Amino acid sequence: MTPPPSGATEPAERRELLSAGDVARTVARMAHQVIERTALGASDAPPVVLLGIPTRGAPLAARLAARIADFAGIDVPTGVLDVTLYRDDLRRRPTRPLGATALPTDGLDDHLVILVDDVLYSGRTIRAALDALRDAGRPRAVQLAVLVDRGHRELPIRADYVGKNVPTSRSEEVHVLLTETDDRDAVVLDRRDL
Amino acid sequence: MKHLLVTEGMDAATATAILDTAAQLKQTLLGREVKKLPTLRGRTVITMFYESSTRTRVSFEIAGKWMSADVVNVSSSGSSVGKGESLRDTAQTLAAAGADCVIIRHPASGAAHRLAGWLAEAGTSVVNAGDGMHEHPTQALLDAATLRERLGDVDGKRVAIVGDVLHSRVARSNVHLLTTLGADVTLVAPPTLLPAQVERWPVTVSHTLDAELPSLDAVMMLRVQAERMHGGAGPAGPGGNFLPSAREYSIAYGMSERRLELLPEHAVVLHPGPMLRGMEIAAAVADSPRAAITQQVSNGVHVRMAVLYHLLAHEEEAVA
Repeated sequence: MTPPPSGATEPAERRELLSAGDVARTVARMAHQVIERTALGASDAPPVVLLGIPTRGAPLAARLAARIADFAGIDVPTGVLDVTLYRDDLRRRPTRPLGATALPTDGLDDHLVILVDDVLYSGRTIRAALDALRDAGRPRAVQLAVLVDRGHRELPIRADYVGKNVPTSRSEEVHVLLTETDDRDAVVLDRRDL
Repeated sequence: MKHLLVTEGMDAATATAILDTAAQLKQTLLGREVKKLPTLRGRTVITMFYESSTRTRVSFEIAGKWMSADVVNVSSSGSSVGKGESLRDTAQTLAAAGADCVIIRHPASGAAHRLAGWLAEAGTSVVNAGDGMHEHPTQALLDAATLRERLGDVDGKRVAIVGDVLHSRVARSNVHLLTTLGADVTLVAPPTLLPAQVERWPVTVSHTLDAELPSLDAVMMLRVQAERMHGGAGPAGPGGNFLPSAREYSIAYGMSERRLELLPEHAVVLHPGPMLRGMEIAAAVADSPRAAITQQVSNGVHVRMAVLYHLLAHEEEAVA
Protein backbone atom coordinates (compact mmCIF):
# COMPACT_ATOMS: atom_id res chain seq x y z
CA MET A 1 0.00 0.00 0.00
CA THR A 2 1.48 3.34 -1.03
CA PRO A 3 0.79 6.49 0.93
CA PRO A 4 -1.02 9.11 -1.15
CA PRO A 5 1.42 11.11 -3.26
CA SER A 6 0.08 14.41 -1.99
CA GLY A 7 2.33 14.43 1.07
CA ALA A 8 2.57 17.21 3.61
CA THR A 9 5.65 18.57 1.86
CA GLU A 10 6.61 18.57 -1.79
CA PRO A 11 9.45 16.16 -2.56
CA ALA A 12 12.86 17.71 -3.23
CA GLU A 13 13.11 15.70 -6.42
CA ARG A 14 10.60 13.69 -8.45
CA ARG A 15 11.62 11.35 -11.26
CA GLU A 16 9.22 9.51 -13.56
CA LEU A 17 9.98 5.79 -13.72
CA LEU A 18 7.09 4.73 -15.94
CA SER A 19 4.99 6.88 -18.26
CA ALA A 20 1.30 6.29 -18.90
CA GLY A 21 2.23 4.22 -21.96
CA ASP A 22 4.76 2.21 -19.94
CA VAL A 23 2.11 1.46 -17.30
CA ALA A 24 -0.29 0.17 -19.98
CA ARG A 25 2.42 -2.00 -21.61
CA THR A 26 3.54 -3.33 -18.22
CA VAL A 27 0.02 -4.32 -17.23
CA ALA A 28 -0.44 -6.00 -20.63
CA ARG A 29 2.80 -7.99 -20.18
CA MET A 30 1.73 -9.06 -16.68
CA ALA A 31 -1.62 -10.20 -18.10
CA HIS A 32 0.19 -12.42 -20.62
CA GLN A 33 2.34 -13.85 -17.84
CA VAL A 34 -0.72 -14.63 -15.72
CA ILE A 35 -2.38 -16.41 -18.65
CA GLU A 36 0.75 -18.48 -19.27
CA ARG A 37 1.71 -19.28 -15.66
CA THR A 38 -1.82 -20.25 -14.57
CA ALA A 39 -2.57 -22.20 -17.79
CA LEU A 40 -5.73 -20.11 -17.89
CA GLY A 41 -8.59 -21.87 -19.64
CA ALA A 42 -6.98 -25.33 -19.50
CA SER A 43 -9.35 -28.02 -18.30
CA ASP A 44 -7.21 -29.05 -15.32
CA ALA A 45 -6.26 -25.50 -14.25
CA PRO A 46 -7.83 -24.13 -11.06
CA PRO A 47 -10.18 -21.15 -11.46
CA VAL A 48 -8.33 -17.84 -11.02
CA VAL A 49 -9.44 -14.90 -8.90
CA LEU A 50 -7.69 -11.50 -8.91
CA LEU A 51 -7.86 -9.76 -5.52
CA GLY A 52 -6.75 -6.14 -5.39
CA ILE A 53 -5.42 -4.63 -2.17
CA PRO A 54 -6.76 -1.09 -1.62
CA THR A 55 -6.15 1.59 -2.57
CA ARG A 56 -4.40 1.14 -5.91
CA GLY A 57 -4.30 -2.64 -6.04
CA ALA A 58 -8.05 -2.62 -6.67
CA PRO A 59 -8.01 -0.71 -9.99
CA LEU A 60 -4.86 -2.61 -11.01
CA ALA A 61 -6.68 -5.93 -10.52
CA ALA A 62 -9.56 -4.65 -12.65
CA ARG A 63 -7.13 -3.57 -15.40
CA LEU A 64 -5.34 -6.93 -15.34
CA ALA A 65 -8.68 -8.71 -15.64
CA ALA A 66 -9.65 -6.51 -18.60
CA ARG A 67 -6.38 -7.27 -20.43
CA ILE A 68 -6.74 -11.00 -19.69
CA ALA A 69 -10.24 -10.86 -21.18
CA ASP A 70 -8.79 -9.10 -24.27
CA PHE A 71 -5.99 -11.61 -24.78
CA ALA A 72 -7.52 -14.91 -23.67
CA GLY A 73 -11.25 -14.23 -23.95
CA ILE A 74 -11.73 -15.40 -20.38
CA ASP A 75 -13.47 -13.31 -17.73
CA VAL A 76 -11.53 -13.69 -14.50
CA PRO A 77 -13.49 -12.65 -11.40
CA THR A 78 -11.99 -9.82 -9.38
CA GLY A 79 -12.44 -8.64 -5.82
CA VAL A 80 -11.07 -6.25 -3.27
CA LEU A 81 -9.41 -7.32 -0.03
CA ASP A 82 -8.83 -4.63 2.59
CA VAL A 83 -6.08 -5.68 4.97
CA THR A 84 -6.15 -2.78 7.45
CA LEU A 85 -7.61 -4.89 10.27
CA TYR A 86 -4.71 -7.35 9.86
CA ARG A 87 -1.84 -4.85 9.81
CA ASP A 88 0.91 -5.08 12.42
CA ASP A 89 1.58 -1.33 12.52
CA LEU A 90 -1.84 -0.05 13.63
CA ARG A 91 -0.45 1.11 16.95
CA ARG A 92 2.37 3.04 15.30
CA ARG A 93 0.17 5.41 13.32
CA PRO A 94 -2.96 7.55 13.64
CA THR A 95 -6.25 5.71 13.13
CA ARG A 96 -6.39 4.25 9.62
CA PRO A 97 -9.75 4.37 7.84
CA LEU A 98 -10.91 0.95 6.67
CA GLY A 99 -11.24 0.21 2.97
CA ALA A 100 -13.98 -1.81 1.34
CA THR A 101 -13.75 -5.56 1.05
CA ALA A 102 -15.68 -7.19 -1.78
CA LEU A 103 -15.07 -10.87 -2.47
CA PRO A 104 -16.33 -12.64 -5.61
CA THR A 105 -19.70 -14.30 -5.06
CA ASP A 106 -18.21 -17.76 -5.70
CA GLY A 107 -15.85 -17.26 -2.77
CA LEU A 108 -12.18 -18.17 -2.72
CA ASP A 109 -12.28 -21.84 -1.76
CA ASP A 110 -10.18 -23.99 -4.11
CA HIS A 111 -9.41 -21.01 -6.37
CA LEU A 112 -5.99 -19.77 -7.42
CA VAL A 113 -5.98 -16.34 -5.78
CA ILE A 114 -3.65 -13.73 -7.25
CA LEU A 115 -3.15 -10.81 -4.88
CA VAL A 116 -2.58 -7.55 -6.74
CA ASP A 117 -0.85 -4.52 -5.23
CA ASP A 118 0.88 -1.47 -6.60
CA VAL A 119 4.23 -1.45 -4.78
CA LEU A 120 5.99 -4.31 -2.97
CA TYR A 121 8.27 -2.91 -0.26
CA SER A 122 8.63 -4.41 3.25
CA GLY A 123 6.19 -7.24 2.51
CA ARG A 124 4.12 -6.44 5.60
CA THR A 125 1.02 -5.55 3.61
CA ILE A 126 1.21 -8.92 1.87
CA ARG A 127 1.71 -10.67 5.23
CA ALA A 128 -1.48 -8.96 6.41
CA ALA A 129 -3.24 -9.97 3.17
CA LEU A 130 -2.27 -13.63 3.67
CA ASP A 131 -3.75 -13.50 7.17
CA ALA A 132 -6.91 -11.85 5.86
CA LEU A 133 -7.18 -14.54 3.15
CA ARG A 134 -6.98 -17.24 5.77
CA ASP A 135 -10.13 -15.84 7.38
CA ALA A 136 -11.90 -15.37 4.04
CA GLY A 137 -11.58 -18.88 2.68
CA ARG A 138 -9.19 -21.63 1.67
CA PRO A 139 -7.69 -20.94 -1.75
CA ARG A 140 -5.94 -23.77 -3.61
CA ALA A 141 -2.90 -21.50 -3.97
CA VAL A 142 -1.99 -17.84 -3.59
CA GLN A 143 0.23 -15.82 -5.92
CA LEU A 144 1.31 -12.19 -5.87
CA ALA A 145 1.37 -9.62 -8.68
CA VAL A 146 2.85 -6.16 -8.16
CA LEU A 147 3.41 -3.30 -10.57
CA VAL A 148 6.64 -2.23 -8.84
CA ASP A 149 9.04 -4.15 -6.61
CA ARG A 150 11.27 -1.64 -4.83
CA GLY A 151 13.15 -4.09 -2.59
CA HIS A 152 13.90 -3.75 1.16
CA ARG A 153 11.90 -6.80 2.17
CA GLU A 154 11.46 -7.35 5.90
CA LEU A 155 9.70 -10.71 5.54
CA PRO A 156 10.32 -13.82 3.38
CA ILE A 157 7.88 -12.79 0.67
CA ARG A 158 8.43 -12.49 -3.09
CA ALA A 159 6.18 -11.65 -6.01
CA ASP A 160 5.22 -14.10 -8.78
CA TYR A 161 4.59 -11.33 -11.31
CA VAL A 162 6.56 -8.09 -11.23
CA GLY A 163 5.89 -5.19 -13.60
CA LYS A 164 9.16 -3.42 -12.89
CA ASN A 165 12.02 -3.92 -10.43
CA VAL A 166 13.24 -0.59 -9.10
CA PRO A 167 16.34 -0.41 -6.90
CA THR A 168 15.64 2.29 -4.30
CA SER A 169 17.05 3.65 -1.09
CA ARG A 170 14.85 3.76 2.00
CA SER A 171 14.75 7.55 1.92
CA GLU A 172 13.02 7.44 -1.45
CA GLU A 173 9.30 6.93 -2.07
CA VAL A 174 7.75 5.12 -5.00
CA HIS A 175 4.26 6.22 -5.95
CA VAL A 176 2.00 4.53 -8.47
CA LEU A 177 -0.50 6.98 -9.96
CA LEU A 178 -3.62 5.64 -11.68
CA THR A 179 -6.38 7.62 -13.35
CA GLU A 180 -8.95 5.81 -11.19
CA THR A 181 -7.47 7.35 -8.02
CA ASP A 182 -5.13 10.10 -9.29
CA ASP A 183 -4.98 12.56 -12.16
CA ARG A 184 -2.93 10.35 -14.52
CA ASP A 185 -1.14 7.02 -15.06
CA ALA A 186 2.51 7.01 -14.03
CA VAL A 187 5.06 5.60 -11.59
CA VAL A 188 7.25 8.22 -9.91
CA LEU A 189 10.21 8.14 -7.55
CA ASP A 190 10.37 10.93 -4.96
CA ARG A 191 13.45 11.89 -3.02
CA ARG A 192 13.03 13.94 0.14
CA ASP A 193 15.68 16.05 1.84
CA LEU A 194 15.70 15.03 5.46
CA MET B 1 -9.95 9.35 20.04
CA LYS B 2 -9.11 8.57 23.67
CA HIS B 3 -12.57 8.18 25.26
CA LEU B 4 -16.16 7.97 24.11
CA LEU B 5 -18.18 9.70 26.81
CA VAL B 6 -20.86 11.77 25.07
CA THR B 7 -22.24 12.59 21.64
CA GLU B 8 -22.81 16.20 22.72
CA GLY B 9 -20.10 18.20 20.98
CA MET B 10 -18.89 15.26 18.86
CA ASP B 11 -18.18 16.67 15.41
CA ALA B 12 -19.81 15.27 12.30
CA ALA B 13 -16.48 14.08 10.87
CA THR B 14 -15.73 11.92 13.94
CA ALA B 15 -19.25 10.48 14.00
CA THR B 16 -19.13 9.75 10.27
CA ALA B 17 -15.72 8.08 10.57
CA ILE B 18 -17.05 5.72 13.26
CA LEU B 19 -20.19 4.96 11.21
CA ASP B 20 -18.09 4.31 8.08
CA THR B 21 -15.82 1.96 10.01
CA ALA B 22 -18.86 0.13 11.38
CA ALA B 23 -20.29 -0.28 7.87
CA GLN B 24 -16.97 -1.66 6.55
CA LEU B 25 -16.71 -4.07 9.49
CA LYS B 26 -20.22 -5.30 8.79
CA GLN B 27 -19.35 -5.79 5.11
CA THR B 28 -16.09 -7.57 6.01
CA LEU B 29 -17.81 -10.04 8.34
CA LEU B 30 -20.83 -10.61 6.09
CA GLY B 31 -21.36 -14.30 5.43
CA ARG B 32 -18.15 -15.31 7.19
CA GLU B 33 -18.02 -18.57 9.03
CA VAL B 34 -15.31 -17.36 11.41
CA LYS B 35 -16.20 -13.94 12.78
CA LYS B 36 -12.82 -13.11 14.22
CA LEU B 37 -10.42 -10.29 13.39
CA PRO B 38 -6.94 -10.08 14.92
CA THR B 39 -6.99 -6.29 15.21
CA LEU B 40 -7.10 -5.92 19.02
CA ARG B 41 -5.08 -9.00 19.92
CA GLY B 42 -3.50 -8.56 23.31
CA ARG B 43 -5.67 -5.62 24.36
CA THR B 44 -7.80 -5.99 27.47
CA VAL B 45 -11.31 -4.58 27.63
CA ILE B 46 -13.24 -4.58 30.91
CA THR B 47 -16.96 -3.97 31.11
CA MET B 48 -18.23 -2.59 34.44
CA PHE B 49 -21.99 -2.66 34.68
CA TYR B 50 -23.56 -1.11 37.77
CA GLU B 51 -27.02 -1.32 36.20
CA SER B 52 -28.74 -4.26 34.61
CA SER B 53 -28.31 -4.66 30.87
CA THR B 54 -28.66 -7.41 28.31
CA ARG B 55 -27.99 -6.04 24.86
CA THR B 56 -25.40 -3.40 25.64
CA ARG B 57 -23.16 -5.62 27.73
CA VAL B 58 -23.47 -8.60 25.41
CA SER B 59 -22.94 -6.38 22.40
CA PHE B 60 -19.73 -4.87 23.81
CA GLU B 61 -18.49 -8.29 24.81
CA ILE B 62 -19.11 -9.75 21.36
CA ALA B 63 -17.59 -6.68 19.72
CA GLY B 64 -14.42 -7.04 21.78
CA LYS B 65 -14.19 -10.77 21.18
CA TRP B 66 -14.72 -10.50 17.42
CA MET B 67 -11.78 -8.06 17.39
CA SER B 68 -9.70 -10.57 19.45
CA ALA B 69 -9.50 -8.39 22.55
CA ASP B 70 -9.61 -10.12 25.91
CA VAL B 71 -12.93 -9.12 27.46
CA VAL B 72 -13.56 -9.32 31.20
CA ASN B 73 -17.00 -8.58 32.65
CA VAL B 74 -17.40 -7.06 36.09
CA SER B 75 -20.84 -6.56 37.60
CA SER B 76 -21.66 -4.74 40.81
CA SER B 77 -22.99 -7.89 42.45
CA GLY B 78 -20.33 -10.51 43.02
CA SER B 79 -17.46 -8.01 42.95
CA SER B 80 -15.90 -5.84 45.67
CA VAL B 81 -18.45 -3.18 44.77
CA GLY B 82 -20.83 -5.21 46.95
CA LYS B 83 -18.40 -4.76 49.84
CA GLY B 84 -18.58 -0.99 49.58
CA GLU B 85 -15.56 -0.24 47.38
CA SER B 86 -15.80 3.17 45.73
CA LEU B 87 -16.05 3.54 41.96
CA ARG B 88 -12.67 5.24 41.90
CA ASP B 89 -10.92 2.42 43.76
CA THR B 90 -12.58 -0.24 41.64
CA ALA B 91 -11.59 1.56 38.45
CA GLN B 92 -7.99 2.04 39.53
CA THR B 93 -7.82 -1.63 40.48
CA LEU B 94 -8.99 -2.60 37.01
CA ALA B 95 -6.52 -0.22 35.37
CA ALA B 96 -3.69 -1.58 37.51
CA ALA B 97 -4.71 -5.09 36.49
CA GLY B 98 -4.00 -4.10 32.89
CA ALA B 99 -7.21 -2.81 31.32
CA ASP B 100 -6.66 -0.88 28.09
CA CYS B 101 -10.31 0.14 27.97
CA VAL B 102 -13.03 0.28 30.60
CA ILE B 103 -16.66 0.28 29.49
CA ILE B 104 -18.93 1.56 32.22
CA ARG B 105 -22.65 1.70 32.85
CA HIS B 106 -23.62 3.51 36.02
CA PRO B 107 -26.84 4.95 37.52
CA ALA B 108 -25.16 8.29 38.25
CA SER B 109 -25.01 10.88 35.47
CA GLY B 110 -21.39 11.88 34.89
CA ALA B 111 -19.88 8.63 36.21
CA ALA B 112 -18.03 7.89 32.96
CA HIS B 113 -16.63 11.40 32.87
CA ARG B 114 -15.29 11.13 36.43
CA LEU B 115 -13.81 7.74 35.59
CA ALA B 116 -11.99 9.14 32.57
CA GLY B 117 -10.43 11.78 34.82
CA TRP B 118 -9.28 9.22 37.37
CA LEU B 119 -7.82 6.93 34.71
CA ALA B 120 -6.03 9.63 32.72
CA GLU B 121 -2.69 8.82 34.30
CA ALA B 122 -3.02 5.10 33.61
CA GLY B 123 -3.84 5.90 29.96
CA THR B 124 -6.95 3.71 30.04
CA SER B 125 -9.72 4.55 27.56
CA VAL B 126 -13.25 4.91 28.90
CA VAL B 127 -16.48 4.21 27.04
CA ASN B 128 -19.76 5.45 28.48
CA ALA B 129 -22.30 2.64 28.15
CA GLY B 130 -25.01 4.71 29.81
CA ASP B 131 -24.69 7.08 32.78
CA GLY B 132 -27.90 7.81 34.66
CA MET B 133 -30.17 10.13 32.70
CA HIS B 134 -27.25 11.71 30.84
CA GLU B 135 -25.87 9.93 27.74
CA HIS B 136 -25.55 6.58 25.98
CA PRO B 137 -23.40 7.44 22.97
CA THR B 138 -22.99 3.99 21.40
CA GLN B 139 -26.79 3.60 21.34
CA ALA B 140 -27.10 6.84 19.38
CA LEU B 141 -24.34 5.71 17.00
CA LEU B 142 -26.05 2.38 16.33
CA ASP B 143 -29.35 4.20 15.80
CA ALA B 144 -27.63 6.49 13.29
CA ALA B 145 -26.07 3.45 11.58
CA THR B 146 -29.52 1.86 11.30
CA LEU B 147 -31.02 5.07 9.89
CA ARG B 148 -28.22 5.25 7.32
CA GLU B 149 -28.97 1.68 6.21
CA ARG B 150 -32.74 2.12 6.13
CA LEU B 151 -32.99 5.68 4.78
CA GLY B 152 -29.68 6.05 2.94
CA ASP B 153 -28.62 9.03 5.02
CA VAL B 154 -29.36 10.88 8.26
CA ASP B 155 -28.92 14.36 6.81
CA GLY B 156 -32.24 16.09 6.15
CA LYS B 157 -34.38 13.31 7.64
CA ARG B 158 -37.24 14.02 10.06
CA VAL B 159 -36.94 11.92 13.20
CA ALA B 160 -39.34 11.92 16.15
CA ILE B 161 -38.20 10.69 19.56
CA VAL B 162 -41.33 9.67 21.44
CA GLY B 163 -42.06 9.03 25.10
CA ASP B 164 -40.11 9.27 28.33
CA VAL B 165 -37.55 11.83 27.16
CA LEU B 166 -37.01 13.10 30.72
CA HIS B 167 -35.38 9.92 32.00
CA SER B 168 -33.78 8.87 28.72
CA ARG B 169 -30.04 8.99 28.09
CA VAL B 170 -30.82 7.41 24.71
CA ALA B 171 -32.88 10.47 23.80
CA ARG B 172 -30.16 12.92 24.87
CA SER B 173 -27.41 11.13 22.94
CA ASN B 174 -29.63 10.83 19.88
CA VAL B 175 -30.69 14.49 19.94
CA HIS B 176 -27.05 15.59 19.87
CA LEU B 177 -25.80 13.04 17.34
CA LEU B 178 -28.71 13.14 14.91
CA THR B 179 -28.85 16.95 14.82
CA THR B 180 -25.07 17.06 14.28
CA LEU B 181 -25.55 14.69 11.35
CA GLY B 182 -28.19 17.02 9.90
CA ALA B 183 -31.46 15.41 10.99
CA ASP B 184 -34.49 17.43 11.99
CA VAL B 185 -35.46 16.06 15.41
CA THR B 186 -38.85 16.42 17.12
CA LEU B 187 -39.51 15.31 20.69
CA VAL B 188 -43.02 14.00 21.27
CA ALA B 189 -43.93 13.53 24.94
CA PRO B 190 -46.35 14.57 27.65
CA PRO B 191 -45.14 17.74 29.43
CA THR B 192 -44.37 15.72 32.59
CA LEU B 193 -41.83 13.60 30.70
CA LEU B 194 -39.88 16.44 29.09
CA PRO B 195 -36.75 17.79 30.78
CA ALA B 196 -36.54 21.33 32.15
CA GLN B 197 -35.15 23.80 29.63
CA VAL B 198 -35.89 21.51 26.69
CA GLU B 199 -36.40 24.73 24.71
CA ARG B 200 -32.62 25.12 24.70
CA TRP B 201 -32.18 21.81 22.86
CA PRO B 202 -31.79 21.92 19.07
CA VAL B 203 -35.20 20.27 18.59
CA THR B 204 -38.88 21.05 18.19
CA VAL B 205 -41.35 19.79 20.79
CA SER B 206 -44.79 18.37 20.20
CA HIS B 207 -47.44 16.80 22.42
CA THR B 208 -49.52 15.17 19.69
CA LEU B 209 -48.01 12.12 18.02
CA ASP B 210 -50.71 11.71 15.35
CA ALA B 211 -49.98 15.18 13.94
CA GLU B 212 -46.27 14.38 13.46
CA LEU B 213 -46.45 10.88 12.01
CA PRO B 214 -47.34 11.65 8.34
CA SER B 215 -44.19 13.74 7.79
CA LEU B 216 -41.66 11.50 9.57
CA ASP B 217 -38.83 9.43 8.10
CA ALA B 218 -38.22 7.64 11.39
CA VAL B 219 -39.85 7.34 14.76
CA MET B 220 -37.87 6.28 17.81
CA MET B 221 -39.95 4.92 20.67
CA LEU B 222 -38.52 5.19 24.18
CA ARG B 223 -39.17 2.84 27.07
CA VAL B 224 -41.20 4.26 29.95
CA GLN B 225 -38.59 4.05 32.72
CA ALA B 226 -40.77 3.26 35.73
CA GLU B 227 -37.67 2.47 37.80
CA ARG B 228 -36.62 6.12 37.59
CA MET B 229 -40.10 7.49 38.33
CA HIS B 230 -40.05 7.83 42.08
CA GLY B 231 -40.77 10.67 44.49
CA GLY B 232 -43.95 12.70 44.79
CA ALA B 233 -47.36 11.46 45.75
CA GLY B 234 -48.75 10.05 42.56
CA PRO B 235 -51.18 7.27 41.80
CA ALA B 236 -49.88 3.78 42.36
CA GLY B 237 -48.68 1.67 39.46
CA PRO B 238 -46.09 2.23 36.73
CA GLY B 239 -45.40 5.87 36.07
CA GLY B 240 -45.90 7.22 39.60
CA ASN B 241 -47.01 10.81 39.40
CA PHE B 242 -45.54 11.30 35.93
CA LEU B 243 -48.40 9.53 34.18
CA PRO B 244 -52.12 9.40 34.90
CA SER B 245 -52.14 5.69 34.02
CA ALA B 246 -50.23 3.27 31.84
CA ARG B 247 -53.28 2.81 29.63
CA GLU B 248 -53.76 6.52 29.09
CA TYR B 249 -50.08 6.90 28.22
CA SER B 250 -50.28 4.03 25.79
CA ILE B 251 -53.30 5.53 24.04
CA ALA B 252 -51.74 8.98 23.74
CA TYR B 253 -48.12 8.08 22.98
CA GLY B 254 -47.92 4.37 22.16
CA MET B 255 -46.98 3.14 18.68
CA SER B 256 -50.10 1.24 17.72
CA GLU B 257 -51.00 -0.52 14.47
CA ARG B 258 -53.29 2.40 13.64
CA ARG B 259 -50.39 4.84 14.04
CA LEU B 260 -48.12 2.66 11.89
CA GLU B 261 -50.59 3.30 9.04
CA LEU B 262 -50.19 7.06 9.52
CA LEU B 263 -46.44 6.85 8.85
CA PRO B 264 -45.15 7.22 5.26
CA GLU B 265 -44.41 3.93 3.50
CA HIS B 266 -40.61 4.30 3.78
CA ALA B 267 -40.53 5.38 7.43
CA VAL B 268 -38.87 3.14 9.98
CA VAL B 269 -39.72 2.43 13.64
CA LEU B 270 -36.83 2.20 16.12
CA HIS B 271 -36.76 1.15 19.76
CA PRO B 272 -33.57 0.96 21.84
CA GLY B 273 -34.93 -1.92 23.93
CA PRO B 274 -35.87 -3.37 26.26
CA MET B 275 -39.42 -2.96 24.93
CA LEU B 276 -42.58 -2.89 26.98
CA ARG B 277 -44.94 -4.46 24.47
CA GLY B 278 -48.42 -2.99 24.79
CA MET B 279 -47.07 0.08 26.62
CA GLU B 280 -45.03 2.27 24.28
CA ILE B 281 -45.13 -0.12 21.32
CA ALA B 282 -47.73 -2.64 20.18
CA ALA B 283 -46.47 -6.18 19.67
CA ALA B 284 -47.65 -6.20 16.05
CA VAL B 285 -45.62 -3.04 15.34
CA ALA B 286 -42.51 -4.36 17.06
CA ASP B 287 -42.64 -7.53 14.97
CA SER B 288 -43.49 -5.83 11.66
CA PRO B 289 -40.87 -5.38 8.92
CA ARG B 290 -41.27 -1.62 9.36
CA ALA B 291 -39.53 -1.93 12.74
CA ALA B 292 -35.73 -2.12 12.74
CA ILE B 293 -35.33 -3.35 16.30
CA THR B 294 -33.28 -6.48 15.64
CA GLN B 295 -31.29 -4.63 12.97
CA GLN B 296 -30.43 -2.07 15.67
CA VAL B 297 -29.08 -4.85 17.88
CA SER B 298 -26.88 -6.37 15.17
CA ASN B 299 -25.65 -2.92 14.13
CA GLY B 300 -24.82 -2.39 17.80
CA VAL B 301 -22.10 -5.02 17.58
CA HIS B 302 -20.50 -3.45 14.49
CA VAL B 303 -20.72 0.08 15.90
CA ARG B 304 -19.09 -1.03 19.15
CA MET B 305 -16.35 -2.83 17.20
CA ALA B 306 -15.80 0.44 15.35
CA VAL B 307 -15.64 2.38 18.62
CA LEU B 308 -13.06 -0.02 20.04
CA TYR B 309 -11.08 0.24 16.79
CA HIS B 310 -11.04 4.04 16.96
CA LEU B 311 -10.09 3.99 20.66
CA LEU B 312 -7.46 1.26 20.71
CA ALA B 313 -5.96 0.69 17.24
CA HIS B 314 -3.71 3.71 16.82
CA GLU B 315 -0.52 5.19 18.21
CA GLU B 316 -0.55 6.73 21.67
CA GLU B 317 -1.81 10.27 21.49
CA ALA B 318 0.34 12.96 23.02
CA VAL B 319 -1.05 13.85 26.45
CA ALA B 320 -2.36 17.38 26.32
